[in-house]
Amino acid sequence: MIKVRHKELALFSLKKILKLICLLVVVSIASFWLVEQAPIDPVKIYIGAMSVTPEQKAILEEYWGVNTPAREKYLNWVGNALRGDLGDSLIYRMPVSDVIKERFTASLALMASAWLLSGVIGFFLGIVAGMKNGTWIDKAIKTYCYILLATPTFWLALVMLLIFSVYLGWFPIGLGVPIAVAAQEVTLLDRLKHLILPTITLSLLGVATIAMFTREKLIEVMSSDYVLFAKARGEKGFGLVWRHGVRNVALPAITLQFLGFSELFGGAVLVEQVFSYPGLGQAAVEAGIRSDVPLLLGIVLISTMFVFIGNMMADLIYQFVDPRIKQQETRA
Amino acid sequence: MSTSVALNGKGMLRGLNLRQRTILLISLMSLLLMTVLASSLYIDSSSLSTNFDSRNLAPSLEHPFGTDWMGRDMFARTLTGLGLSIMVGAFASAISTFVSVVLGLLSSMGRAADSFVSWLVDLFLSIPHLLLIILISIGLGGGATGVIIGVGLTHWTSLTRVVRAEIKQINTQDYIHISRNFGKSNWWIARKHILPHLVPQFLLGMILVFPHAILHEASVTFLGFGLSPHEPAIGIILSESMRYLAAGYWWLAFFPGMSLLIVVLAVDVIGENLGKIMDPRKAHE
Repeated sequence: MIKVRHKELALFSLKKILKLICLLVVVSIASFWLVEQAPIDPVKIYIGAMSVTPEQKAILEEYWGVNTPAREKYLNWVGNALRGDLGDSLIYRMPVSDVIKERFTASLALMASAWLLSGVIGFFLGIVAGMKNGTWIDKAIKTYCYILLATPTFWLALVMLLIFSVYLGWFPIGLGVPIAVAAQEVTLLDRLKHLILPTITLSLLGVATIAMFTREKLIEVMSSDYVLFAKARGEKGFGLVWRHGVRNVALPAITLQFLGFSELFGGAVLVEQVFSYPGLGQAAVEAGIRSDVPLLLGIVLISTMFVFIGNMMADLIYQFVDPRIKQQETRA
Repeated sequence: MSTSVALNGKGMLRGLNLRQRTILLISLMSLLLMTVLASSLYIDSSSLSTNFDSRNLAPSLEHPFGTDWMGRDMFARTLTGLGLSIMVGAFASAISTFVSVVLGLLSSMGRAADSFVSWLVDLFLSIPHLLLIILISIGLGGGATGVIIGVGLTHWTSLTRVVRAEIKQINTQDYIHISRNFGKSNWWIARKHILPHLVPQFLLGMILVFPHAILHEASVTFLGFGLSPHEPAIGIILSESMRYLAAGYWWLAFFPGMSLLIVVLAVDVIGENLGKIMDPRKAHE
């Protein structure tokens, strides 16, 4: 039934890849320039509390390129980055790519589950509010969303921690895995247990935007002519909303959910910080505070790609999945 | 505090029409914000000082928000922090609005300028917002300046988009064509014909950006990039409270965050209702 238009899809991908390359070049130059402005001495951070001789210090300065001009330093960094080498992290003493790989996997588990959960709950609430437009249920959901949008993410995380970990003791207070257990002995259940509370917190915040959007859209659809016609045919209640409302609202809502990757990442940074969840966001904060420039730049690049993929998915849905747009194109 | 205001309002609201009610709501919320700001400026500094006789007290009549591990009154600290947040937020949203005024007018100058502006908007939206603020504030060497400029330089995107759309619409008007045929320059038209139309948009935009700015400032400060630990900012208070959560001192985290939430909601309500009054199509809802 669905005919994939191969040629158009290929053109679309080509355009997107070119756009991503341009974007990464500009973002890397801009962020490199920004951290270059900061009063950071990589040698001092690397040495830390170690004692070194002046000769060793000179070698380190040579290695970190303290005295090379910024342009040369940037070109070196890009050259290495193209070969997959993003340099070494100063605080983890590991290649940046390894740190990112490990941290991103952890963050992805958190973000993906929160993303799904908030999408489903938000969509459901939006549909209910839109169906019952003007009633007390609608008002309650609307108020709930307004309050949620004004809530500081990290404070909500703190309150969740207070209620469920400190007061009720249902969940561990923090960290991705239990303390004092060997890495091999950490079970999947342990990991899940440490994931639940951060996921719930992160998804609670995502609910508001999607619910408000779904509600508006559904009200719009329900006041259309074809719904009026369906009502005239005798359709009513949930069947009517399901057949004519949900189908029309679902696609824009999913698109919006994909466009929210930037906010999702920002939320993950804060939530990970509160729950000391060892994800990419926490690494970004560490890298920023302790001036780990290579790691910070690596995280900026990877998160830019993450946001880009979200936007691309939204575009893809809009251009290739929505049957109405396909129909318009074939007509034209 | 806020509930009593709402209850009093309900009785008074009966005799008023929608417009009067909206204006009353805006005034009440503005009064609330003014009170917070004024009391944060004139607060008795003795209540902020350490007092080791009254450490870690739970909320009571004397200390409505409790006291911290140094015996400081949390109510006084929260008020000062809120005042600081409001000022940082106001400053940052003023910067954001200024940037969107400049970029909005720039985009009306011609095709090339317009595509440059939309490219810039896309660029700023391509890095996760929080990470971008962190990057800018690191680049500026951190501290209060870093946060204010970081938050200010990243919140202009949505307003610029609104302004661009508005300008595109104004540009199709007859009087713009006539003006152009009279030989007026793009810059003259932007200043004399377009800018006056946009002033209400900018004022409203500034208020609507405000809550986002406050929340981002608090977040960045909470993460440790913003204001210095000596300042009683809400972000600092909450990040300090994290160390005492396991000990069960819930009031250290609960009340300051709740107050920030109320301030943000108040600004939101002002913005929404101002928008309703200013937009004749929405005024009847």
